[in-house]
Amino acid sequence: MIAVVDYRAGNLTSVKKALDHLCADAIVTGDPEVVAHADKIILPGVGHFSATAILEETGLRSAILRRVAERVPFLGVCVGMQWMFESSAEAPGTQGLGLFSGACGRFPESVKSPHVGWNSLTCDPGSRLLRGIPSGSFVYFTHSYSAPVVKATTARCEYGGEFSAAIEQDNLFGVQFHPEKSGDLGLQLLENFCGL
Amino acid sequence: MLTKRIIACLDVTAGRVVKGVQFEQLRDAGDPAELAAAHSRAGADEVVLLDISATHEKRATLADTVRRTAGQLFIPFTVGGGIGSLDDAIAVFEAGADKISINSAALADPSLITRIAERYGSQAVIVAIDAKRINGGARFEAYVNGGRKATGRDAVAWALEAEQRGAGEILLTSMDRDGTGAGFDCELTRACSEALHIPVIASGGGGDTQTFVDVFQRGRADAALAASIFHFGLHRLADLKRELHGAGIPVRWPC
Repeated sequence: MIAVVDYRAGNLTSVKKALDHLCADAIVTGDPEVVAHADKIILPGVGHFSATAILEETGLRSAILRRVAERVPFLGVCVGMQWMFESSAEAPGTQGLGLFSGACGRFPESVKSPHVGWNSLTCDPGSRLLRGIPSGSFVYFTHSYSAPVVKATTARCEYGGEFSAAIEQDNLFGVQFHPEKSGDLGLQLLENFCGL
Repeated sequence: MLTKRIIACLDVTAGRVVKGVQFEQLRDAGDPAELAAAHSRAGADEVVLLDISATHEKRATLADTVRRTAGQLFIPFTVGGGIGSLDDAIAVFEAGADKISINSAALADPSLITRIAERYGSQAVIVAIDAKRINGGARFEAYVNGGRKATGRDAVAWALEAEQRGAGEILLTSMDRDGTGAGFDCELTRACSEALHIPVIASGGGGDTQTFVDVFQRGRADAALAASIFHFGLHRLADLKRELHGAGIPVRWPC
């Protein structure tokens, strides 16, 4: 069973809908007990980095960290991926999960923000999550902050500079774009995750 | 590279797409769910469903229409038309919309923009502005109630206020050009796009491929609406994406 973590910010229907379309056994939950027993965890994200503070208050943060330490596949989407880093300029007082080192930053003034639309990926070969998604593929982004390129980066994107579009290390996966809104390629990515 | 988006717009009333033309390979040319999915396959980067129902009774089917359409659509999906309150917006989001578009209600009560953005994020809030040239000059006035009522507000100033209040995108329709196919109002689009820091979707006047090239290059639009399927068939949509790619406009092609 895949737990889609509900932290009462934004709209989770589209992620659940895409998983339903793939016939994945998924449940939207805000219950740490359910997360603690999930086979896979997806942390979707629309909204503000500080909204993740509720994960701390509800006990979801420790349930996620414990389950991740037990090597359960974890996928962070959009703000969910940013939260895998240490912090974000969007909410300086809010601590990320710290699964990857670095801080998320704002786009430079030279480009419009938010970054909205379909942008192309530069992918590293060998990613399990991005299997069947070649370099040059277009995926849908909508965000005002982004994560730096790090060692675990498997796909980069260019918008006022390069940022991490996808990260992957052991059982940890993150995507800045919205696979549930990226057409067939996005569904392919979610299917890859479901099949891990 | 961030691409320019072509957004397909379907007008619906009482759960049916209106102004529909007969498309081959579709069981039901009036079904929003089926048409939205077909537009996605043809290369639309997003789909907007605009509820043009004149009556409350006809509008009652909107949530069901949105739910059925969203269930088959895996690209961004916006719903507009008749959203007058936070509760209206919540109902549409819960039915599966990714973004909502508000127009008259935002001008009547601009705090609505902020209240929806605080709950769902700015990326989910599009403020639609119907603009008309003042005496044919280079200034533009915002209109409401489907373009029937002048507001006295400068369209670009209103767009700026909407951005400051939390709008994530502006859907800017030229009333002078709407339905003409004679080309977008590039001057209006450019004035808005250069004044704002959020994306501007140009609408009204889209016709041949050159009109789209112009609005992206001269108008600095971030996206363009390919208005009702009445003038815009599925084949035309795929051809447009291909031709824009050929003309050097960055678009998602092949997709």
